[in-house]
Amino acid sequence: MIPELGHFALILALVLTAAQAVFGLAGAHRRDDRWQAAVRPAVAGQFVLTSTAIGALVWSFVNFDFSVLYVASNSNSALPTFYRVAALWGAHEGSLLLWAWILSLWTLAVAVFSRNLPPTFASRVMGVLGIVSFGFLLFALVTSNPFERIIPSPADGRDLNPVLQDPALAIHPPLLYTGYVGFAVAYAFACAAMLEGKLDQTWARWTRPWTTIAWCFLSVGIALGSWWAYYELGWGGYWFWDPVENASFMPWLAGTALIHSLAVTEKRGLFKSWTLLLAILAFSLSLLGTFLVRSGVLVSVHSFAADPARGKFILWSLVVMIGGALTLYSLRAHTLKSNAGFEGTSRDAFLLYNNILLVIATVVVFIGTLAPLVNDALGMGSISIGQGWFTSIFPWIALGLVGLVAVGIHAAWKRGRLGESSRRIWLSLAIGLVLGAIVVYGAYGPGKWLSLVGIIFGLWLIASSLFDPIDRWRRKLTLSRAIVGMTIAHVGLGVCVIAISTVESYTVERDVALGPGETLALGRYAYRFEKIDPVEGPNYDGVRAQVTVLRDGQPVTVLYPEKRNYWVQRSTMTEAGIESRWNMDLFAALGEDLGAGRWSVRAQLRPLIDYVWLAAGLMALGGGIAASDRRYRLKNEATETAPAPNTAGAT
Amino acid sequence: MNRFVLPVIIFLLLAGVLYVGVVHSPDKSTMVSALLGKPAPAFELRMLGDPARGTFSSQRFAGRPWVLNVWGTWCAACRDEHPVLLDIAKQNRLPIVGLDWRDDDEDAMRWLTQLGNPYTVVVVDSEGRTAIDFGVYGAPETFFIDAEGVVQYRHVGAMTMEVWEREFVGRIPHSVSP
Repeated sequence: MIPELGHFALILALVLTAAQAVFGLAGAHRRDDRWQAAVRPAVAGQFVLTSTAIGALVWSFVNFDFSVLYVASNSNSALPTFYRVAALWGAHEGSLLLWAWILSLWTLAVAVFSRNLPPTFASRVMGVLGIVSFGFLLFALVTSNPFERIIPSPADGRDLNPVLQDPALAIHPPLLYTGYVGFAVAYAFACAAMLEGKLDQTWARWTRPWTTIAWCFLSVGIALGSWWAYYELGWGGYWFWDPVENASFMPWLAGTALIHSLAVTEKRGLFKSWTLLLAILAFSLSLLGTFLVRSGVLVSVHSFAADPARGKFILWSLVVMIGGALTLYSLRAHTLKSNAGFEGTSRDAFLLYNNILLVIATVVVFIGTLAPLVNDALGMGSISIGQGWFTSIFPWIALGLVGLVAVGIHAAWKRGRLGESSRRIWLSLAIGLVLGAIVVYGAYGPGKWLSLVGIIFGLWLIASSLFDPIDRWRRKLTLSRAIVGMTIAHVGLGVCVIAISTVESYTVERDVALGPGETLALGRYAYRFEKIDPVEGPNYDGVRAQVTVLRDGQPVTVLYPEKRNYWVQRSTMTEAGIESRWNMDLFAALGEDLGAGRWSVRAQLRPLIDYVWLAAGLMALGGGIAASDRRYRLKNEATETAPAPNTAGAT
Repeated sequence: MNRFVLPVIIFLLLAGVLYVGVVHSPDKSTMVSALLGKPAPAFELRMLGDPARGTFSSQRFAGRPWVLNVWGTWCAACRDEHPVLLDIAKQNRLPIVGLDWRDDDEDAMRWLTQLGNPYTVVVVDSEGRTAIDFGVYGAPETFFIDAEGVVQYRHVGAMTMEVWEREFVGRIPHSVSP
């Protein structure tokens, strides 16, 4: 009964999204107040109904209702409650429902916080979001209904994919989707502005906080996924350039470009058409990511079920949503004229270079991810592209970006003379060089030269970013949240570059066969394989090794790497034993049983690896602080400081 | 035509490619090879691991059917297929020769230690010459070569138990015992 209720709620929600789209767009077009007034109630109703649907599915999972096909396929009576809830997004149907629910949550937020916007504009934004919701709900109902029954019902379920039975992965999809879906808001703002025909700076100001918040969620989501891959897949890597990872990285890169381009458009009224295009691009890449992961056209370690019918449906929605927006763009963009110029070393110019690099980075990932698919479409078979493609190009783009930021944040808007700022740039570069040399040769010894450059550039960026805030603080000037947020995020980028450079160059890694009592030396450290014991969990059994880590002969910690056999799906999972210290991770993972008590053991020392994820956290924190800046929260009268004649008195 | 039309045109081209990808994705495993029914290209390649182990010649299995599996540690789909290969190896029906394609030796050794080794023998094709002879488009690919040294079947993409039972086991003459 409860699952049918959920199904019914989903159908009603579909009807309401249609109403939301029609009343929102046609109401604004006809300037009909009563039609527009119907939009917010439709949004609220849609939220309540999709929440009901989610609740019904959670109820079915928690209460072991194996007569629901999705529940039977993705849970089991031995699965702990936490994972029975997380199993909701363990496969395609539930993920889609979660997608739709998060979209309804964003739409609700737009409905609540858009009261200061001109009514027709707000109504158009919600109308466009209604189209997106409609597409996804229709997709769920037609091709992937999570409430489908299976009669007779099986006695027990097939269990959640063991890969997903992990706390980090359980919360990774919701965060990632929140980021993906958040770009729908930027997209809707862009479409609404194009429909409205008023593409001035105010559009950029309204869009900025939404975009930044979505970007923050995406950053944290990606970092969690990477962290999970690190300790759960047992290979000790943190990024594999896997198609599914790339699918989340592309919108992040485009979103980063969008955030910066929006800043220029808001402050200076430049790059208007470019910003619009990026807003469409960021969301398009989110949709494309969904398409790639969900249609199964790409083979990946994350492999999900392939179903051509679903692929076709998503593709058609892509054509409607992206094709529609781009057609609108081709009709409207030529009316945009930038009325200001800028010089080649002004901040405007640096942000333009940054955008170019970020778009190149997106294209590189895009080609690397889709080349196998294009190959396939041309009848040349499925292939995997090597990591070499990415790893040979990406460091250069990253270094270029870091250098641009370190210099560009000191540039003034419009004017091109670095003049008095050049002292700061040289000084911070000197700090970076000296500190980098000390750190590298003092702590780590010679490594790859590219890593040395990375560490120096990272330190340069951090020093350079901190100049202005420290200066303002000493002169007792106000520090706006925008500046604080920007500084934290840029420091995060610096930390990220330093951490990745260090990990890439100074990781110590060995794969050896060890028996009880045997020791493996790793520099100053040594791993002693003590013993191996059987373990049993709620839905798995396996073995757990005890590995003592010694430093200069003294025991410092004990690692417990595990190897688990999940009963229902008969798959083996590796749980690495990791001790995180402030400067490195001590890592041990179990490989194969070699017989006679001997095991193949992967032992690693990974310096600074945790700072890769910490950096993502810093970037997200910075974004969050910047998005909470005063000027986004003020009512319209305060926003009139920027030239925005069209909206004066529009509220 | 103004330049703002370009994005929508690029997008539509891409959508066309994606459409073909979706429609054709199910039948990629039935791709035919020009080699079917023809003698398998002969090769003599270095064996993975200790250089002292020397080379392996494709003549070694002359007179009995065998399987060639093309893989690489850089290939995500190979990781997917690996557990299936391990299960297949347990059946011990046919010798499986692993062709480690354009790969790093150390990575490959680590892969096999970590994930298990389903191969009777692993040969190294670091330049990809043998893979070209076999007409390999991408990893993973698996070939069935009969007792006369003739290529009888080619599977493109990750191996599954179903394909194995249907297309490979079915081709083993009953007189052959492992």
